[in-house]
Amino acid sequence: MTEKKKTQLKVLFSLIALLVCAGMLFYVNHYTRPTFMLRTVLQLGAIYALVAVSMNLLNGFTGLFSLGQAGFMAIGAYTFAIFTIPVKSRSGVYYLYGVADWLSNIQIPIWAAIILAGLVAAILAAIIGAPVLRLKSDYFAIATLGFAEIVRIIVGSSPMNRITNGSLGLKLIPKFSNFYFPFIVVGICILIVSLLIRSSYGRAFKAIREDEIAAEAMGINLAKHKQLSFIISSFFAGISGALMGMYLGAITSTTFNVTLTYNILLIVVIGGMGSITGSIISSFLVIAAREWWLRFLDMEIFIGSFKVPLLKSGFRMVVFSLILMIVVLFFRRGIMGTNELNWNFIINRLNKKKKTGGESCE
Amino acid sequence: MSNILEIKNLVVSYGGIEAVKGINMVVPEGEIVTLIGANGAGKSTTLKSISGLVKPKQASILYKGKEIVGQSPDFIVSQGITLVPEGRRVFPNLTVLENLKIGAYLRKDNLKDDLEYVFTLFPRLREREWQMAGTLSGGEQQMLAVGRALMSRPKVIMMDEPSLGLAPLVVKDIFNIIQTINKEGITVLLIEQNANMALKIAHKAYVIETGTITMEGTGDELLANEEIKQAYLGKTK
Repeated sequence: MTEKKKTQLKVLFSLIALLVCAGMLFYVNHYTRPTFMLRTVLQLGAIYALVAVSMNLLNGFTGLFSLGQAGFMAIGAYTFAIFTIPVKSRSGVYYLYGVADWLSNIQIPIWAAIILAGLVAAILAAIIGAPVLRLKSDYFAIATLGFAEIVRIIVGSSPMNRITNGSLGLKLIPKFSNFYFPFIVVGICILIVSLLIRSSYGRAFKAIREDEIAAEAMGINLAKHKQLSFIISSFFAGISGALMGMYLGAITSTTFNVTLTYNILLIVVIGGMGSITGSIISSFLVIAAREWWLRFLDMEIFIGSFKVPLLKSGFRMVVFSLILMIVVLFFRRGIMGTNELNWNFIINRLNKKKKTGGESCE
Repeated sequence: MSNILEIKNLVVSYGGIEAVKGINMVVPEGEIVTLIGANGAGKSTTLKSISGLVKPKQASILYKGKEIVGQSPDFIVSQGITLVPEGRRVFPNLTVLENLKIGAYLRKDNLKDDLEYVFTLFPRLREREWQMAGTLSGGEQQMLAVGRALMSRPKVIMMDEPSLGLAPLVVKDIFNIIQTINKEGITVLLIEQNANMALKIAHKAYVIETGTITMEGTGDELLANEEIKQAYLGKTK
């Protein structure tokens, strides 16, 4: 009875928390200037949250250290762009090389294109997964990194000119139809991933991360589950790539270079390998710090006639990197470790604090 | 009584070196069979071959009269042969409950009764249901490893050195549990360096030396054997 009541309370609180989040989004949408930084941070943060969660599924939950996320995002973004750029403006986008004949009249709805972006990324993952997943740890990371680079270079190469517009990139990609669009898509995707992780498949992934031999001895088919995790992760990376394309409105192959993968990895590590809520929190924090809170460091500031030293364009990233090092030094397992920010976690934390007399427990 | 497992001419080689050189053994249904031998004699390799984790060079392994060589480990587990791997190998960052549920991964039916069964067998695990497996003591981890294997409802449970690194009292507990499990009808194939304990509970025993079986008999026969006493039980004449 009390257990049941507790669960009911938790559900109630979760609904309230969800409403509060929705209310905040509503407020930001209606009562802030369209150029306000918070809008950018929230939208970009949501997109990064999705790709960070997809990377966490592979790196944090299944223990496969992949560095190919940017490649799958590129595939998703390009797939989305190719099929959604309005037909009448195609000749303008492909002004130099012209558009491939089979492509010139195809335009599919946005929702279908988002799913297609995920599917194409997933199919490619299935194809390269079979050989690449045989590799262990570092070698797997190198192979996926190489794959991402290959994708980036092929997409920007001249034989693809009439499809991807080569090095010129694609523009006039449809933007978000309204402010809430990315949050809804990201919310649904992350919900699916977290349900997957709570299922028996999720347990099998974690078992593989913990001990491959024991997992195999328990009857978990390693190859099949690794492949599954890789495909699902790539599917959501593809979707986040499509959202990224919508957000930016224009993409080139250099949008998806190695740095992007490292940024995602950074979010995952700071949030905690093996924590979905950790990835979400850290993606908003990292994006906010990088794009917003630290911006003032890039501007030259004069106090009277005194020019504050060091402040100039680019200094922001120096401070940002320093903060990262400090975070990694003092929160070695990330903000959340492998915990999830749920009511159980909060209740445990509060109880612990009471016991230790309100001291910080970290 | 019929033999649930029949191993004929098992040869396993690692990179050209034969670790197991054609052994033959049978495991009668419902008994405790033990395989004793020194380090590197090929005990673990034999178990790994049966469970499909190692592909033998040549062999015929019959389970209930059916050939299982070449089958995948998950198929073999689903047929009812489960391995408790050497060194326990619980999943350290998962809770005790999650560990147990992974043991039942291939079963899609209700786990409630089986969880209850494991918890009655190992009351300590019930107390620590929500604890991370890595924080358990060595003995508790071994209990968890056995419990996890039982969750797959095995007909044959194979244990690779369950006494490894445990205090003598805990070892005694583990061997009592092995006997309890066996009385419920589960066939046990046990490999041990602790020959004394293993032979005391075994119905049938094999001695393996550098990849070949050198002796076999009932547990009591081997316990009384002078050579065994000298080589494995540390007794001098």
